[in-house]
Amino acid sequence: MSWELTSDRPIYIQLVEHIKFDIMSGKYKPGGKIESVRELAIEASVNPNTMQKAMSVLEQSGLIHSNRTSGRFITDDTDMIAALKSSIADTYCADFISKIKQIGYDNNEIKDILENYLE
Amino acid sequence: MAPLLECRSLTKKYGNVIALNNVSFTLERGRIVGLLGPNASGKTTLIKLINGLLTPTYGEILINGLRPGIESKLQVAYLPDTTYLNDWMSVKQLISLYSDFFSNFNVSKAYDMLKRLDLKDTMRIKAMSKGTKEKVQLILTMSRNADLYCLDEPIGGVDPASRDYILNTILNNYNENGSILISTHLISDIEQILDDVIMLQFGCLHTHKTVDEIREEKHMSVDELFREVFRC
Repeated sequence: MSWELTSDRPIYIQLVEHIKFDIMSGKYKPGGKIESVRELAIEASVNPNTMQKAMSVLEQSGLIHSNRTSGRFITDDTDMIAALKSSIADTYCADFISKIKQIGYDNNEIKDILENYLE
Repeated sequence: MAPLLECRSLTKKYGNVIALNNVSFTLERGRIVGLLGPNASGKTTLIKLINGLLTPTYGEILINGLRPGIESKLQVAYLPDTTYLNDWMSVKQLISLYSDFFSNFNVSKAYDMLKRLDLKDTMRIKAMSKGTKEKVQLILTMSRNADLYCLDEPIGGVDPASRDYILNTILNNYNENGSILISTHLISDIEQILDDVIMLQFGCLHTHKTVDEIREEKHMSVDELFREVFRC
C-alpha cells in the first residue's frame, strides 16, 4: 500500500512527516532499525532518490542515525521523541483552535466542547 | 565519466516543420526522468534521435559520450509508442528473439515479470488486447540490462492495478548507473516516482527541473503545472 501524499507540497517533506509520525506512534521503536531506502521507496511508491533526501533530513534532525555497516536506526533519545510529539501536538491544537474560532466559538465554549467530547 | 545523455543544440526538421528546436540538456545517471509535453511538442522525435532512428538536422546527441550507433544501441533500451513486434510470434519466441539479439537481455527476469503479471508465454501477440501487448513490450524492454531506458508512452493502455505493478517494476529495476526517460501524458500517475521533469513546448525546452523544485516554487504538482502552462 503506497503512502498518502498530497500534490501541492514537495514529496520529500511529506515523506519526512510520514516517518516522523511512525516514530511518534511507536511503529518504529526508539533505537530500532528502519528499513533501507530502497525498501521504503518501494513501500511508499516513490523514487529512491526522494526517499534518500527525506532520510538525510531526518538524519540532520538527529531522529535517525546511520551506522555505516548495519543500516539506519531510530534515535534512542526518548526526550527528543517526546519533544517532537509535543511540538506536533501544538501544531494540531493551533489548527483546531483557529478553525473552531472561525465558526464562532470562544475559549470557554471550546473548553466545554472538548470536555464533553472527551467524556 | 561522460554524462549518460547529452543534447547540444539539438534540432530536427521534417521539411519545413521544426519538430525540435535548439534543445540542449544533460541527463545524469541514476535518475527517473519524465519527458512531458502536449501533443506534437517533440517528445517522440527526441526519443527517436536518442535511439538513432532519426538523425539531427543540427546539433549533436551523445550517449555515454558516443554518437547514436551500434554501441549506443546496446546501452539504450527503447520502448516505442507503437506495436513493433511480429504479431504471429508468441511471448516465448519473442523472449528467445530478444535474448538472441541483445547480449544484455535477462531471460529469467523476463519470465519473472510475466509470472507476476499473470501472462502466459504461449500467447501470441495477435491474440492480445492493447494493454497486454503493452505489458509484454515493457517486459521485453525492462528485462534488458541497459544504461538508459527510453519508454515512449509505456502505460497508456494499461489498467490502474497493472500500472502500479509496472511502476513498481520500474522502481525495482532502477540502478544507480542507469536512468529512465519516460514520455507520458499520465503525469499524476508517475509523478511520485520521478526525479526530474523535462517539459517540451513547440519543440523547445520549456522546463528542466526536479519534481520537488517545481512543487516548492509553484506550490503545485507537476500535473497541475502542466495543465496551467499548456491550457488550451
